[in-house]
Amino acid sequence: MIHLDEIQTIEHDVLVVGAGGAGLRAAIETSNLGLSTGVITKSLLGKAHTVMAEGGMAAALGNVDSRDNWKIHFRDTMRGGKFLNQWEMAAIHAKEAPDRVRELEDWGAVFDRTRTGLINQRNFGGHRYPRLAHVGDRTGLELIRTLQDHGIHQGMHVHMECIGIDLLQDGGKISGMLAYWRETGRFVVFRAPVVIFATGGAGKAWRVTSNSWEYSGDGYGMAARAGAELMDMEFTQFHPTGMVWPPSVRGTLVTEGVRGEGGILTNSKGVRFMFDNIPERFASETADTKEEAQLWLDGDREARRPPELLTRDVVARAIMREVKAGRGSEHGGAYLDISHRDSDFVKRKLPSMYHQFKELAEVDITAQQMEVGPTLHYYMGGIRVDAESQMTNVPGLFAAGECGTGLHGANRLGGNSLSDLIVFGARAGLGAKAYLDKLSGTPAVQQEQVHEQMRSVIDFLNREDGENPYVVVDDLQTTMEQHVGIVRDGTELEEGIEKLQKLKERAAAVKAHATSQYNPGWNTCIDLRNMILSAEATARCALQREESRGAHTRLDFEGEREEGLTFNSVVKLVDGQIEARKEMRPTPPEELAKIANASLEDLEGSRV
Amino acid sequence: MSERTFRIWRGNPQDGGDFVEYTIDVQTGMVVLDCIHEIQKQHAPDLACRWNCKAGKCGSCSMEINGKPALSCMTRMNTFEEGETITVQPLKTFPVIRDLTNDVSWNYQQNKRIRPFAPRPRDPDGEHRMMQEDVDRVQEFRKCIECFLCQDMCHILRDRETQQNFAGPRFMVRLASLDMHPLDTDDRIQEVRDESGSGLCNITRCCTEACPEHINITDNAIIPLKERVVDRFYDPLMWLMRKLKPGNSREKTTVE
Repeated sequence: MIHLDEIQTIEHDVLVVGAGGAGLRAAIETSNLGLSTGVITKSLLGKAHTVMAEGGMAAALGNVDSRDNWKIHFRDTMRGGKFLNQWEMAAIHAKEAPDRVRELEDWGAVFDRTRTGLINQRNFGGHRYPRLAHVGDRTGLELIRTLQDHGIHQGMHVHMECIGIDLLQDGGKISGMLAYWRETGRFVVFRAPVVIFATGGAGKAWRVTSNSWEYSGDGYGMAARAGAELMDMEFTQFHPTGMVWPPSVRGTLVTEGVRGEGGILTNSKGVRFMFDNIPERFASETADTKEEAQLWLDGDREARRPPELLTRDVVARAIMREVKAGRGSEHGGAYLDISHRDSDFVKRKLPSMYHQFKELAEVDITAQQMEVGPTLHYYMGGIRVDAESQMTNVPGLFAAGECGTGLHGANRLGGNSLSDLIVFGARAGLGAKAYLDKLSGTPAVQQEQVHEQMRSVIDFLNREDGENPYVVVDDLQTTMEQHVGIVRDGTELEEGIEKLQKLKERAAAVKAHATSQYNPGWNTCIDLRNMILSAEATARCALQREESRGAHTRLDFEGEREEGLTFNSVVKLVDGQIEARKEMRPTPPEELAKIANASLEDLEGSRV
Repeated sequence: MSERTFRIWRGNPQDGGDFVEYTIDVQTGMVVLDCIHEIQKQHAPDLACRWNCKAGKCGSCSMEINGKPALSCMTRMNTFEEGETITVQPLKTFPVIRDLTNDVSWNYQQNKRIRPFAPRPRDPDGEHRMMQEDVDRVQEFRKCIECFLCQDMCHILRDRETQQNFAGPRFMVRLASLDMHPLDTDDRIQEVRDESGSGLCNITRCCTEACPEHINITDNAIIPLKERVVDRFYDPLMWLMRKLKPGNSREKTTVE
């Protein structure tokens, strides 16, 4: 093998992995703190998953309804997360989101405006008040472009189409990362005492998903192999409204903004079935007649919100139930209709939805119903981090955004993802600086580690024969769809875990043809092991949680159980095997528990 | 379901390349990108192409389909004649890396040359106020997904010699979005003329036709900028006014 000196080496104080909202926000922070910052991204700059976010970013600015404040946002987040969130993270997020959103305006973001010229805010599922700062239905694009155009002038180095293989460590501490360039297939060693992961989720392990090829759980795989803990991995969010027809776009996201702007869900009998699916916990805040729902839409502040805007887990399960009962839409979903609103209004508020359905499904949403169904959208779980600093249990390794965990608990509210990125991206940057200030000496890169990691990926090219990686991915997706889907049960999960063991063996023996230069086949071989590790972590946590809570539904354990509230699932790699355990939840800070359980009247009047 | 034949350009600049034919079964609703993925699965796992969102939102999967620059994720198979062979190749304006991927780094360099957004101070209560009608036009420009199809289509950029003097439609749109931004305080008109070469565009509107986001690039971005340049540098009356009131030369391009 070649000597370390002959491999391209790049040095940074901080290496950020991923250039979506969290990665770019973290890199802006560390650059501004005077740290040499490198960002690597699997795709080109500006193409990360963040661009697909549509509805908006949640922040209690109070521009549209002045009764809103951070405490109510915090309470909504905890209730949406079924009280499995990390208390401090949910509080930090609600407190800091408004400043992070306003700061984007200073960097050039142009949000939709209220009549008085302030940032406009829209309604979304689970949020008590209009809270989502937005730009039509392309808020994610606005976020990423703003961070990109601002970030490139802050001194960061962006290394595009560069993919991480594994972390490098010196006595447990981070010393860098081995990566490769997609364009040439050549290796590159990053020497950096801090690595911030902003690698997103692992939704690509499912067939029906809104996620792209990038979402292969790279961060989960690399972090776990470096000794980091993963948490809450059973909580995978199925967004209730993905496209269902035509087959090639099954899973593509239909923004919750459609329901936020008044879209209604019906079954094949024309029944607005969400009225029959209101959980006890939300009954006092949800309209129970069409008339009241309409009043709310017309702006009556006393009216309660329509049941279509219940949290995502509730809506997704309700659609599944209709389909299973034989009342689904033509292609196995539900009907979503916004055509009762003015056609110009729809085109202005939901331009990319209009475009998407027109071009991909030949449906005019200003006149026709959409067909929608659940699609794997988001990992609530992820790499376990400290709430304040975002550091993992591996010294020097940080995680922010979807790849981290703690904010969302058992279910994420729409709009809390984009604000998560900027709040905790910035926090990770600050955490990195604090870590570096205390770090004495520079952790070294070990030649043997680099060699071992290189060998593990070159093998895919060098071996004589092996399976096509795409076929293994296909089988993985079938397995996850069947065994770890939206509704789970113990026997199915156990069988799924068995199948994953076989898939792991197959994934270790896949073969990439041709050379390493821009070779998606080889890239898939490398991604596959992270995908399977993430999938197994999810299945094992799902088996361990014997209740139904938030996004995790067990047929054999219906309803929430008291025991379920006492722990978070934690996963660790022990001798190469994934082990799940229950980590007892600490007693919540008194102040926060009081806010979370307070009545709305008290919070609006700031009596709590 | 029907059988369709694709001619896809395979190769790289070092070893050369040629079109290779692949035949696959096409199902209802498929787009060209779906077909490329099928070809990867069945015939050519190493076929290089970029993609991400598969919904026209990220601008990664730009290529030339039957000679026309397009997003492959938004090009439906039922827009072609039955039995028609579909030719797919990389963009012509930028160097090829391999198969359907181009080196588009030149565009990122152009972006970096544009001076960053420079906002006015916040109002005393800490807010920025802008009216919706004053940001409508800027929001149109900010719909850009950086697919670079307009850059591929632009004949000034297709010619490698003139490419060096013109930033291209994408970055005229970006400059316009800054120039018309109600909060931006920078004066960018000299930059528009000297750095970005606005004078080179002769308004053939090819870029506007290519834009998958339907941004009216020529009429709403390039022409207003050109007019600003003319007012500034070639209008004797304006020139005289600036001489008389030198401190007050900053004027925003307003939205009609």
